[in-house]
Amino acid sequence: MSVIEMKNITKQFGDLVANDAVDFDLQRGEVHALLGENGAGKTTLMRILYGLYKPDSGTIQVDGRPVAIHSPKDAITNGIGMVTQHFALVPPLSVAENVVLGYGSSFIYQKSEVEQKVAEAAQRFGVDVNPTALVRHLSVGQRQRVEILKALYRNARVLILDEPTAVLIPQEVEMLFETLIRLKNEGLAIVFISHKLHEVTQITDRVTVLRDGQAIGTVLAAGVTQSQLAKMMVGRESFGVRRQNTSAAAGECFLEVKGLSANNDKGLPAVKDISFKVKCAEILGVAGVSGNGQKELAETLSGVRKPTAGQVLVNGINVAGCTPTEISAAGVGRVPEDRHEGVVGEMTVYENMALDHMDDFVHRGILDRKRMVRQAEELIAQFQIKARPRDRVRTLSGGNLQKVLLARVLSRNPRLIIVPQPTRGLDIGATDTIRRQLLGQRQRGAAVLLISEDLEEIMALADRIAVMYEGEIAGILPAAEATPEKLGLLMGGGARHTHTEEPRPPVEHAGREVN
Amino acid sequence: MAAKKFTWRLVRTDTPAWWMTPLIPLLALIGTFILTAGLILWSKANPFEAYYYLLIDPLTSRSMVLEMLVSATPLLFTGIAVTVAFTTGYFNIGAEGQLYAGAVAAAGLGMVLGGLPPVLALPIMILGGFAAGMLWALIPALLRVKWGVDEVVTTLLSNSIMAYIVSAILNGPWRNPISGWPQSPDIAASAQFFKLIQRSRLHVGFILALATLVALWFLLTRTSFGMKMRAVGMGKLAARFAGINVDRTVLTAALISGGIAGIAGVSEVAGMQYHLIGALSPGYGYTGIIVATLGSLNAWGVGFAALFFGLVNIGAQNVSGALRVPIFLSNIIQATMLMVALGMFLLKRYRIRRS
Repeated sequence: MSVIEMKNITKQFGDLVANDAVDFDLQRGEVHALLGENGAGKTTLMRILYGLYKPDSGTIQVDGRPVAIHSPKDAITNGIGMVTQHFALVPPLSVAENVVLGYGSSFIYQKSEVEQKVAEAAQRFGVDVNPTALVRHLSVGQRQRVEILKALYRNARVLILDEPTAVLIPQEVEMLFETLIRLKNEGLAIVFISHKLHEVTQITDRVTVLRDGQAIGTVLAAGVTQSQLAKMMVGRESFGVRRQNTSAAAGECFLEVKGLSANNDKGLPAVKDISFKVKCAEILGVAGVSGNGQKELAETLSGVRKPTAGQVLVNGINVAGCTPTEISAAGVGRVPEDRHEGVVGEMTVYENMALDHMDDFVHRGILDRKRMVRQAEELIAQFQIKARPRDRVRTLSGGNLQKVLLARVLSRNPRLIIVPQPTRGLDIGATDTIRRQLLGQRQRGAAVLLISEDLEEIMALADRIAVMYEGEIAGILPAAEATPEKLGLLMGGGARHTHTEEPRPPVEHAGREVN
Repeated sequence: MAAKKFTWRLVRTDTPAWWMTPLIPLLALIGTFILTAGLILWSKANPFEAYYYLLIDPLTSRSMVLEMLVSATPLLFTGIAVTVAFTTGYFNIGAEGQLYAGAVAAAGLGMVLGGLPPVLALPIMILGGFAAGMLWALIPALLRVKWGVDEVVTTLLSNSIMAYIVSAILNGPWRNPISGWPQSPDIAASAQFFKLIQRSRLHVGFILALATLVALWFLLTRTSFGMKMRAVGMGKLAARFAGINVDRTVLTAALISGGIAGIAGVSEVAGMQYHLIGALSPGYGYTGIIVATLGSLNAWGVGFAALFFGLVNIGAQNVSGALRVPIFLSNIIQATMLMVALGMFLLKRYRIRRS
């Protein structure tokens, strides 16, 4: 009998159907993956199970009897625990205090006794945390373990983990997987939400794939290849927009980065002694798992983060540490990674389109708004943006927002374009438009630095592919030689081509098939 | 256990209907009337009559209209000052202190500029007041830009410091030698703002305030610096990414704001009192915050809000005189109207929908 059985779950947010008559069942002693792209409805389904959302229709059964789950409290009573992406911990309190918070029944708080009990629980479940440590001092991975312990301490028999590896470093992922396998063997049922194929095939027993709110199917992880899963997940073999000629008439080198280093927001090294070149009429793709220094690299090149060492030569001139305005003036077009951080939502489309070069519109000390609006009208037509010049930018969809940012940059005919995560979270139509624009820029002779976590995107567009791993360039491959296996291995830190422009002979790769 | 279904719901909207904007003042007025009518009745007066004397009767008399403009003058200055700062996301609560800084400068300069013709004396006083307000605004602004110290706290506290400085000056070196009152000696006649209209108190400061209002409109809508201010105020990260120097923009706006608040002090000293007193401002700097907010940080909106406050100030005296109700009743109406109007601005963001 299933521990959890969800039937015909439907949930709508306005016009968006997040879950469309989804069935899902969970067995004792299994790790069950919920696989799907961003926005496929995985988190929504589990938030319904945990009582955070109310389904529009559908039933939930726990151990075969129907239950109504209206709040996380109901979920906990039914033995369901959830670890969300954003932890619900109180940093100044200790691990033990966080674990018992809201659960203890006694009015008087006995510090040593509680710590003792939490320590015993940690021991019993094999979760390695120090009960007396303050949560404030813990790493992300340790905090996650506290969250897991918190759920187990409340007698959870079902543990929902929402993209648990997204925030972890590789060693922590290893530890997490060990913990999960131990818990599974003790009879716990675990839901593992993910969009990473290799994790799903590595750790889970069964996989339910969601796409656009619908359950596509449930398969045994052992009997399925990653490419089959990928096909279920995206529902299409490849993307419409691709680079046509592999070897463009790549011109002279336009951007040369030499020994660049930069720190992250916590002051820790995030970009470590990186060197690479981008030629004119070339797209250099920078691949890598999220959080390996790509964000900091893009920010440093864009002038909003100060490098700690190294040079950034644009057309031979060092712009490392220059202001954004100086870097733009050197012929660099900059798009921010978080598109909402690139526009002022309360300002209009035409104002945002001129935000980084509004002094060009000043005539005798007066801002020529008519000319700004005219420019916006032209760009809106050219980039097929669904907006009017005087609309406030915050009313635009993500795709149109990204087009506004790209239009702003491309209107000045930059010779180098830095685009981090240009299509993240966009629908297919907007994604195709953006990619077509990037290829058009390459055709025009611009150098393009495309930083993306979307491997398919990198492989479809880039002439050469650099892989970032832990702040370093793990290797740079010509697109012709780059296979998903080789890239996957580099992204996982498996094989290093550190600081070489020329790729070494083909990398030996693990047996798993990636497509 | 289905939740009770309401037929009508408030739904947030990003695109307020165009007709909402002119409707808001009217709705605010009606709301205020409903809320305060009971109190007026309790004071044994007719609410309709009271509102007539508050808002309409003053507009029928020439002298009261002129007094309304007099009363609006300092509020125009402080409203503009606050608008400049708030637009840039710098919450200057210190217009009151900056006003007094400008007033001290005006009183000091006015005493020594007697030998100069007004053509020179007045600009020197105005610039002196601007510089003094700017200087008083400089410290909190630098603290914010250099170390991220919250300007709401520092500008607010600097108001108290300035109040004590003024008190110290008035009870010390500037104590009036003749009367012995804590009141500075009068400024020279050539340094006094001249009257615009005979036998009224309306002085050239009002024209100066209107000119400043036009300058604000120009700054916000017709200059690239104004656009930078708005970008910094509403999207600091985007502004930074676009290459706008956020710190410099904030610092400049904070100083302009302080300077304009300083001119409010000059205008009150040179146009109204002709000397410095401790009670020069009944909180014009704070009211300026409300004027700026009610005016939606828009030049014409600020203008209207300042005039409206002038009207209500005069109307309040008018009501209590005509109907023999206590003056504080008008204060209650004033305060209620503010709250209702601010609430209405929030409601503008919503639409009523049938679900």
